[in-house]
Amino acid sequence: MNSGVKRTSVYKIVTMIILVILAILFAFPLYWIVTGAFKTAASINATTPDWFPKEWVMDNFKKLFSRQTAPLWELAVPFGSKFSADGKPIVFFAGPVVPAAIRWLVNTVFMSVMAMVLTCITAAMAGYALAKKRFRGQQLLFTLIVCAMALPKQVILIPLLREMSALSLYNTIWAVIFPTVGWPFGVFLMKQFSEGVPGEMLEAARIDGAGEAKTFIDIVLPMIKPGIGALAIFTFINSWNDYFMQLIMLNSTSKLTISLGIAKLQAENSTDFGLIMAGASLAAIPIIAIFIAFQKYFTQGIAMGAVKG
Amino acid sequence: MAKSSNMTSRSKALVRRETRSAYLFLLPNMIFFIGFVIIPMILCIYTSFFDSTMGKDAKDVFIGFQNYIELWKDPIFVRSLKNTFVIVIVSVPVVCIFSLWVSALIYKLKGPILSTFRCVFYLPVVTGSVAVTVVWKWMFNNYYGIFNYVGKGLGLVDKNINWLGDEKYALWCIILILLTTSVGQPIVLYVSALGNVDTSLVEASEVDGATNLQQFWKIKWPLIMPTTLYILVITTINSFQCFALIQLLTSGGPNHSTDTVMYYIYYTAFKLYRYGYGNAMGVVLAIFIALLSAVQFKLAKEK
Repeated sequence: MNSGVKRTSVYKIVTMIILVILAILFAFPLYWIVTGAFKTAASINATTPDWFPKEWVMDNFKKLFSRQTAPLWELAVPFGSKFSADGKPIVFFAGPVVPAAIRWLVNTVFMSVMAMVLTCITAAMAGYALAKKRFRGQQLLFTLIVCAMALPKQVILIPLLREMSALSLYNTIWAVIFPTVGWPFGVFLMKQFSEGVPGEMLEAARIDGAGEAKTFIDIVLPMIKPGIGALAIFTFINSWNDYFMQLIMLNSTSKLTISLGIAKLQAENSTDFGLIMAGASLAAIPIIAIFIAFQKYFTQGIAMGAVKG
Repeated sequence: MAKSSNMTSRSKALVRRETRSAYLFLLPNMIFFIGFVIIPMILCIYTSFFDSTMGKDAKDVFIGFQNYIELWKDPIFVRSLKNTFVIVIVSVPVVCIFSLWVSALIYKLKGPILSTFRCVFYLPVVTGSVAVTVVWKWMFNNYYGIFNYVGKGLGLVDKNINWLGDEKYALWCIILILLTTSVGQPIVLYVSALGNVDTSLVEASEVDGATNLQQFWKIKWPLIMPTTLYILVITTINSFQCFALIQLLTSGGPNHSTDTVMYYIYYTAFKLYRYGYGNAMGVVLAIFIALLSAVQFKLAKEK
């Protein structure tokens, strides 16, 4: 009996040690990005790596920020390129000129926030209708949503690109936002959450004379709030990291997202690892901070979506 | 009679009102869903029957199944299909087993420790494919990478290996990175599934003298089966779509040894501008994924 207990505790300690080592290995690339960004060129190119930077320098960031510049923001006339003389968008309001990397961050935040807000609003409405209303074509629509979810998103990128250029949206941030909003995962998740709203409550609201909009805002929304939180953080992170879509839809320097900017940087200076790590840390740190802050919603949301789906 | 006909017309009006409000609630989402998901899907299938290229004057020419026939004669496509399957066959079981093992070890730990572990294993997903890929590219580098340094230090390699430039290693390096970015979500799912297992069942089996292993296989494993199925499906889809890693690390090289279908689609469509041919590949890829998901569902249901 005693030796059995001992054996299990030894086993436990050994597995915990293995687990901790694995966790360190998983965190290592991130550590390497951040420390690499602050290393000197000599330290980066040393054949014996410095596990910890001997001196912390800002050289890589200075280089990154002095490479290219772009206005901090630009507001253009919608579809201006259709009727401008040179086929370029008509910008009527541009911000101060800043390093391009800052503009990329602004673009990325704008894209992720827009995708998040639009997805949450439209998906919550549609999910509620699918869960709680009876209408013609309901079964068909739900089947379509489930099928679309199982298909690889990237397969539709070629026709999507042609569609976006036909709509004059190519090389605008909207070309990345709209397909993200259309992706049916959000509706699916919101439908699962809306199922949990008791029908009697909706009935009672109707008897009290509440309109459809009022019922939705006052009764349904508060009840599916955790689901919306999960969907929001999920959409934000996915949109931030959806490199393939960004790669295909955006191309001029001032339109790039941070991921895309780093990828271009890498293609142009493939061995200046310090510079690339500075860019990579600029891309990774904000999103990791957001993830850690909202971790609870995020993990809950993933788990709930799977259990109910 | 009069009363009942009155009732039906009233309920009809109600149904109509409900239908109208349902459509209004659906409308905003449907604009995006139909406009930017369904229409491109239909266009994808449609264009795959055309010889479609880029350019102002280029016209699409209907060629029937020509694109599909050409696919099977294209050695690069066959090679990329093979690579894709290697990636899927290796990564799916490894991801499932690894994440189940990790989850089984951590799900009973105290809150903060549990969420730290979960967070760490999720880090490579959140960091984003580009940032992750560029740092791995550095670590694999021939001269400055730590893999060669550590490998030589431990006596595993005797001279510097050009990991990503060597046909023997490149695909395996990619699979390794893919694995680190794929286990995050399964671990989150398994931890919550294991946490939801009814403790009274487990306690009852303890009274009956079941060993840990028996407890796992007889009680927990069947209960987390739906989660396993879900993980199998999402991991399969993710592995099939492996793109950013390839594009940023090797661009399919050396000598097409790391081409995947997804990368080859990108290459034909956006480097060679052969949209029709690329779409045909997309359709084939989608069919493969659908078939594989169906098989996984069927197997899981039988069990």
